[in-house]
Amino acid sequence: MRISVEEVFETVQMTMDQHFDIRTVTLGINLKDCMSRDPNEFNKAVHARIVKMGTMLNDYADKIEAKYGVPITNRRISITPASLLLEPLPKTIPTVVKFAKTLDSAAKKAGIDFIGGFGAMIQKGMTTSDENLLRALPRALTETQRVCSFLNLGTTLAGINMTAVERVGHIIKDLASRSDNAIGCAKFVVFANAPEDNPFMAGAHHGVGEPDYSLNVGISGPGVVRAVVSQNPDCDLTQLSEVIKRTVFKITRAGELIGREMAELMNVDFGIIDVSLASTTAMGDSVAEIIEAMGVTQMGRPGSTAALALLIDAVKKGGAMASGNVGGLSGTFIPVSEDMGMIKAVEDGSLNLEKLEALTSVCSVGLDMFAVPGDTPADVLSAIIADELAIGMANNKTTGVRVIPAPGKKVGDIVHFGGLLGSAPIMAVHQNAAPAFIRRKGRIPAPIKALRN
Amino acid sequence: MAAKKPSKKQNASQICIVTVTGTDKVGIIARISVAMTQSKINIVDVNQKIMEDQFVMTMACDMNNARASMQEVQNQLREIADEMELRITFQHEDLFKAMHRI
Repeated sequence: MRISVEEVFETVQMTMDQHFDIRTVTLGINLKDCMSRDPNEFNKAVHARIVKMGTMLNDYADKIEAKYGVPITNRRISITPASLLLEPLPKTIPTVVKFAKTLDSAAKKAGIDFIGGFGAMIQKGMTTSDENLLRALPRALTETQRVCSFLNLGTTLAGINMTAVERVGHIIKDLASRSDNAIGCAKFVVFANAPEDNPFMAGAHHGVGEPDYSLNVGISGPGVVRAVVSQNPDCDLTQLSEVIKRTVFKITRAGELIGREMAELMNVDFGIIDVSLASTTAMGDSVAEIIEAMGVTQMGRPGSTAALALLIDAVKKGGAMASGNVGGLSGTFIPVSEDMGMIKAVEDGSLNLEKLEALTSVCSVGLDMFAVPGDTPADVLSAIIADELAIGMANNKTTGVRVIPAPGKKVGDIVHFGGLLGSAPIMAVHQNAAPAFIRRKGRIPAPIKALRN
Repeated sequence: MAAKKPSKKQNASQICIVTVTGTDKVGIIARISVAMTQSKINIVDVNQKIMEDQFVMTMACDMNNARASMQEVQNQLREIADEMELRITFQHEDLFKAMHRI
């Protein structure tokens, strides 16, 4: 059956008016075979591979964009976790910083805006190389522009590494103090249950269970979902879930088509399609506005968590029907600074940190891109992280934290990052939290859920 | 690297869909048809109507023997869109099939 005019215009409207785009094509690159005892040899091999593959990624993304008329907004690279690659090298800060700079310059040369994977899996403990990476992180992220870092600090199977959580509080403070508006913190995220094939920054990395190359796609489309929710003001919630599912099905199919074709052109494995709704600061491209279109007066007020739970479930179901390769985080991001509706909800007093944390118990990724006063103590940051990771650990889901303690800023101020990262209003947080609890360190044991065998 | 295998789709049709919306004026179809002809793109179907001064058109065309790349056609259509104050899209048919057909 030929495509009808209505169907053609539905798709055209999605791309032209409702900001449907392929948010990212992220190429995962295995760099384990570049490892060496010689830092120069190692950096040279890494640089060459990233420039080659990154350039290819950009070229093909341009071609596919022209073919389908769907914007491929970001083209990114994720690598094998850096601490693993650095294992054979001298355990010094300059070694780590030099590697970060190699990644940065290779990404720049290839026209790649962010390269992820500069991190470590330390949910249970740290090797000497992990420790060294942690020491070097503030410098590495400050002296580069494109490198993104992640740490996996907990899993349902291992519990939470609280020794590392305590350290991370200090790292974030250090990182914040080194850059204007603490922009370095936007490139650093900590996780519980980090997925190995997540295409979205700052958490993207190419896990050890992955092949040499893997092309992962992150679709988006909060605007598309908001439009269909608004067009159905009177249907009941069961029907609303169906409407959302159908729409997400369509955009996932488009993402799958584009991902598979990209992978085929590049002669690499197609990895996953992540069906997360990812907001941008563009007008109408907001997850908060979907919740509001569903009938909640403002994001953060009572009703928000239930509405978000319905939304995420419908997104996942629509995505799972459309593609056998759904993976990554797949759900809904609720970053504060990158979503106009979220920013407004904080400014209007409807959304506070505590409610944001509650929302993350049903959303896919956690406390993302929110700012707190610059003088927030390190142990409070660690405590916020511990709480969020505990939600992930206990509920067998991914949660993450990307917090920005903006230097010199107070509650009510707003910190502007510009571009994709948006603007974050400073949120209030208790300045006296759990210092004695954090000081204990050690590991929160894996929950009883972990004993499933 | 091994020699590239010849593409299976070499002789298959490569249908793309052009959509045009905007205020009706003289010469819209003519202008687009000329651009297509110059690039050796075969127009296989046209569907057009006027709804309250609004010109709405979908055009299916075959890129199989085209002399221009998709990127070049996109640029050409963008120029026409700017000049005639229209909204023009140009997308491969597979996208619509993926989204609207199982």
